[in-house]
Amino acid sequence: MSSEPRNHHNLIDALGAELVPVRRLPPPWRRAAGWLLVVAAIAALLFAHYGTGGMLRRWEGTPDLAWAGVGAVLTAISAAWVAFALGVPGRSVRWAWLPLPPALLWIGASGLGCLRDWIAPGTVVAGPHQPIGCLQFIIAFSVPLSALMIWLLRRACPLRPVLTAVLIGLASAAASASLLEICHEFDAAASDLLMHALAVVLVIGANAAMGGRLLQSR
Amino acid sequence: MHASLTADGGLGLDGVFRRPDSRVALSATPASAQQEADQRRAAWMAAAQAGDRRAYERVLADSLALIRAAARRQGVPIDNVDDVVQETLLTVHRVRHTYDPARSYDAWITAIASRRAIDALRSHGRRDRREVHDEQVLDMQSDHADATLDTEREQEARRLRAAIATLPPGQREAVEQLALRERSLAEAAEHTGRNAGALKVNLHRALKALRNRFHGEP
Repeated sequence: MSSEPRNHHNLIDALGAELVPVRRLPPPWRRAAGWLLVVAAIAALLFAHYGTGGMLRRWEGTPDLAWAGVGAVLTAISAAWVAFALGVPGRSVRWAWLPLPPALLWIGASGLGCLRDWIAPGTVVAGPHQPIGCLQFIIAFSVPLSALMIWLLRRACPLRPVLTAVLIGLASAAASASLLEICHEFDAAASDLLMHALAVVLVIGANAAMGGRLLQSR
Repeated sequence: MHASLTADGGLGLDGVFRRPDSRVALSATPASAQQEADQRRAAWMAAAQAGDRRAYERVLADSLALIRAAARRQGVPIDNVDDVVQETLLTVHRVRHTYDPARSYDAWITAIASRRAIDALRSHGRRDRREVHDEQVLDMQSDHADATLDTEREQEARRLRAAIATLPPGQREAVEQLALRERSLAEAAEHTGRNAGALKVNLHRALKALRNRFHGEP
């Protein structure tokens, strides 16, 4: 220690002099659970309004839509946890791959909808204006969900802010797509899926551009 | 600029440019000894989070070799390693609440140090590019070298005075007392009614802000 430059020890003395007890950051799973609870509350409100009948009927007729829904939910859960985990220094950046398998399920199962030549019972193929509604829905829900997650990360220390912001975008977009599933009235046509994909890319891109900067304060 | 305090606790602006020699990185130690040391540091940091100053100073002093090793691994030149040590100590102070005592302390601080090392490499890269450019300009105007240098010095002094004037009051006071008037810490503390620790921290923050301003760091 005595061989260390004097200025390091002066700085350590100075930091010691202004030391105050701190409240520890809750573990990532608890913060992720808090965020997911808000998503679950919104889902409960949507179920109360739309009921479960329409969604279950579509899922019965076209199981790939159900798998896409499951994939979106799992993507939201895993991406949310990883975003919070990356806010703690020392966590392996390899965790960022965790949402990839459920995201592939979500995208892959949704894409299958384009290949099918039958339509889910009780639904119609989306008209030209309906996909715009999907785009608006996903973006409208993603913005507050992303903002909430950035707020929950305000005390964290994301050493890779842009990657964290991308995961925030992915979690928010996946959660919004899951919520959309509750009130989605029409089957997955190519134009509809294109809008979903566009919405997800927009949400992730906006987060990477803006969220990265917001998270870079430390 | 480089933030450093002189051995007697006072500071001249020339000290700002000093780059102390770097010391050796971590030597190879058996895995069990490293694990033991990690656990010891984890316990100290946990106590520091609760406000134990002695444990805090111990863990920071004990972390210097880890920080140096991380900086060297990232490829930081030996002359700049001490800058990374100072930046890492300041970051640790800001984000100490993010450490989870159930996890490795060494992984936590190494991640922070690696990040600060990358930041240092980027900022030095930018600075080097600018300095090369400045040299080319100087060569082109060799006839007016003396006059140009005098003007540049005056401009630099003006810029420095203007930058100091924009600092927050506490930081400005620390720079004026310790750097410009070259008062000792004890004299400055007596004169301002602040304790020496607060003055030192304010000085470090001021130097960091000035360095960012003059070297264009974000």
